[in-house]
Amino acid sequence: MKIFKVDKQDWVAGVEKLFTAYRLVGPVNEGQFHNFKKLNKGELPDFNFLNTRLSAKSLVHSQTEAMFEYSLDENKENHHIMVDVKKDYSSQAVIGIRPCDAKAFLLVKRNFDTSQYRDPYWIRAYESLTLVGLACHNPCSSCFCTTSGCGPFHEEGLDVLLVDTDDYYLAKILTDKGKNFLIASGWDTETDADGGDQKIEIMKKAAEEKITVLINTDKLKAKETIALYDAEFWEEVAFSCINCGTCTYVCPTCWCFDIQDETRGKSGIRMRNWDSCMFPLFTLHGSGHNPRGKKVQRVRQRFMHKLKYYVEKYDNGIQCVGCGRCVNLCPVNIDIRRVCELMNAYDPQLECPA
Amino acid sequence: MIDYSEKIKEISKRLLEEGRVDIVIGFKKGTVPMMNEPCLVKSSGEVEKFVWDSNCGINLANYLTGRNEKTGIVAKGCDSRNIVTHIIENKIKREQLYIIGVPCKGMIDKHRVAAMFDGEIKVVDEKDAKIIIKGENFEKTLDKESILQSNCSICIHRNPVLNDELVADPVEEQRDVDRYEDVRKIETMKPQEKWQYFEDMLKPCIRCYACRNACPLCYCPTCFVDEHRPQWVGKSQDPTDLRTFHFLRAYHCAGRCTDCGACERACPVGIPVRQFTKKLEKDCLELFNWEAGMSLDVRPPLDTFRPDDPDDFIK
Ligand code: SF4
Ligand code: SF4
Ligand code: SF4
Ligand code: SF4
Repeated sequence: MKIFKVDKQDWVAGVEKLFTAYRLVGPVNEGQFHNFKKLNKGELPDFNFLNTRLSAKSLVHSQTEAMFEYSLDENKENHHIMVDVKKDYSSQAVIGIRPCDAKAFLLVKRNFDTSQYRDPYWIRAYESLTLVGLACHNPCSSCFCTTSGCGPFHEEGLDVLLVDTDDYYLAKILTDKGKNFLIASGWDTETDADGGDQKIEIMKKAAEEKITVLINTDKLKAKETIALYDAEFWEEVAFSCINCGTCTYVCPTCWCFDIQDETRGKSGIRMRNWDSCMFPLFTLHGSGHNPRGKKVQRVRQRFMHKLKYYVEKYDNGIQCVGCGRCVNLCPVNIDIRRVCELMNAYDPQLECPA
Repeated sequence: MIDYSEKIKEISKRLLEEGRVDIVIGFKKGTVPMMNEPCLVKSSGEVEKFVWDSNCGINLANYLTGRNEKTGIVAKGCDSRNIVTHIIENKIKREQLYIIGVPCKGMIDKHRVAAMFDGEIKVVDEKDAKIIIKGENFEKTLDKESILQSNCSICIHRNPVLNDELVADPVEEQRDVDRYEDVRKIETMKPQEKWQYFEDMLKPCIRCYACRNACPLCYCPTCFVDEHRPQWVGKSQDPTDLRTFHFLRAYHCAGRCTDCGACERACPVGIPVRQFTKKLEKDCLELFNWEAGMSLDVRPPLDTFRPDDPDDFIK
């Protein structure tokens, strides 16, 4: 695919133009950290960040999303009928998403867009996006994307990859959506005459080399599920966990939600809210029984889901892109890299000699 | 701090070997800067894990809930006050505990330190009262005192109030501390201003409940926000439900909160939730001359009635 050279002098004018074709979203400095926010005319995405505090998942799967609305007023037409809530699914361009967050959408898609089930809310929102990625030159020491099926210059899931070369941006078009984005911005005029591809390759290598934390996932798939489930180390892993939902809420690949109806007076909505396997209400049965009633069971669910069940079910890697958010934000420092190592290396034979 | 760590190991080893305790709860070195992880040790062979430095801000009293073994626990000033609270609330028995007291000079505010630098912080070391912060292209030495968690910089009970053994001589307590400057500022606001202040403060909240779960007071088997038959509080990001969570949680901590700061430390988006609990703490001090967790022998103001309790607020 084509690579264009975007002069930094043309940046502001280009973003300005994009507002006529898209709703724009980008990283915005919120004081102590950056998050994705809708950009208003005149605003620019702020690229002075390592990664956003929260992932980009809420652009597709917001923490609270109304699905239906209803009226209980018998004088109204359609009363007692759930009606789709109207939403804006017009084209949206996300400028400055990191490759890990873009790849995360693909991992989630495997569950939300299958041959059997298609989640209409997720799919419509996802399809409205054009993802313009920003390559990472300085990955954090908590990043382990290169061994999680991703990388600081990873292209999968992106429509355009932007690479900051200091003097200008290189914009690599990866899809038709990406091509349209470049046309709309007017940045599609100057092709990089002197081998943009090679430049990107060199910078990519340099960035990848900075990632020194590697995880091993090669043995996860072949492990016997029950043996891993029964492993002794879960008690130790779970000890410090306080069962908050931080790790799952900041994770770009955690997808669980809970459906709730809320009625006020005679009208109401049916919505879905993020849920987390760390919470006591998660999988609580109507009978009052909860198969995951204890902390250790919840912690195990999180890691088994990401590093074993998902691996087995989709046969396409782990449910983690190595963004490191959970590592940095867990209040008690439970580190998925360490747990992954424990799981990958686990050998029940060694644990309990007969 | 190295001597603190060594002393903790030594005491733990002795306690485990002598059978005084079955387990010891302390901290082990974290995998990222400015973080240590609470850990549980069952045998004297494992005590080498233990560390102590300025990154032990999590309140270990939180890990006593539901324990029935003879438990050794490492406790700084605030942890010890929360242990006292656990004891007087009948969560655990005094006899069950061996408290390894740590005279404390405060914990580093990891949120604030991270926000001070543009690039990533890779290593944080400490030496005496200095903290050395290193990133890829920078290195800076700061006075520890200047980067303390805000609750630590106004702490007046740094020494454990209850302990079986101290790891070092008591430290000097801070005197003439103005603990409530921020609360007074809010108290003088007009209702609309106050409302706006709290609205802005809560805006980034993602309702992950890390603040609640890091709190040793929040041990209810089912928190009111998780209750679902009947469901008291909505589960969405509706601002009313969000406020309800924060306001009610604060009230549940009234007369019990020791201002340990674990809640603020745990919050992934840096919300100063102590703004709520501190007001109640100040009220308890002014109305009942009460500081939580200072004694095993006095009942807290909210579970006693005295004829001379102030009642001016009843109009
Ligand atoms: S599990 Fe952790 S590192 Fe992996 S994608 Fe989720 S937040 Fe990032
Ligand atoms: S079960 Fe847990 S780990 Fe898996 S997607 Fe849901 S919240 Fe994430
Ligand atoms: S963020 Fe840490 S403490 Fe909170 S639920 Fe996840 S692993 Fe447990
Ligand atoms: S820890 Fe922070 S984000 Fe989480 S519920 Fe508490 S205030 Fe909200």
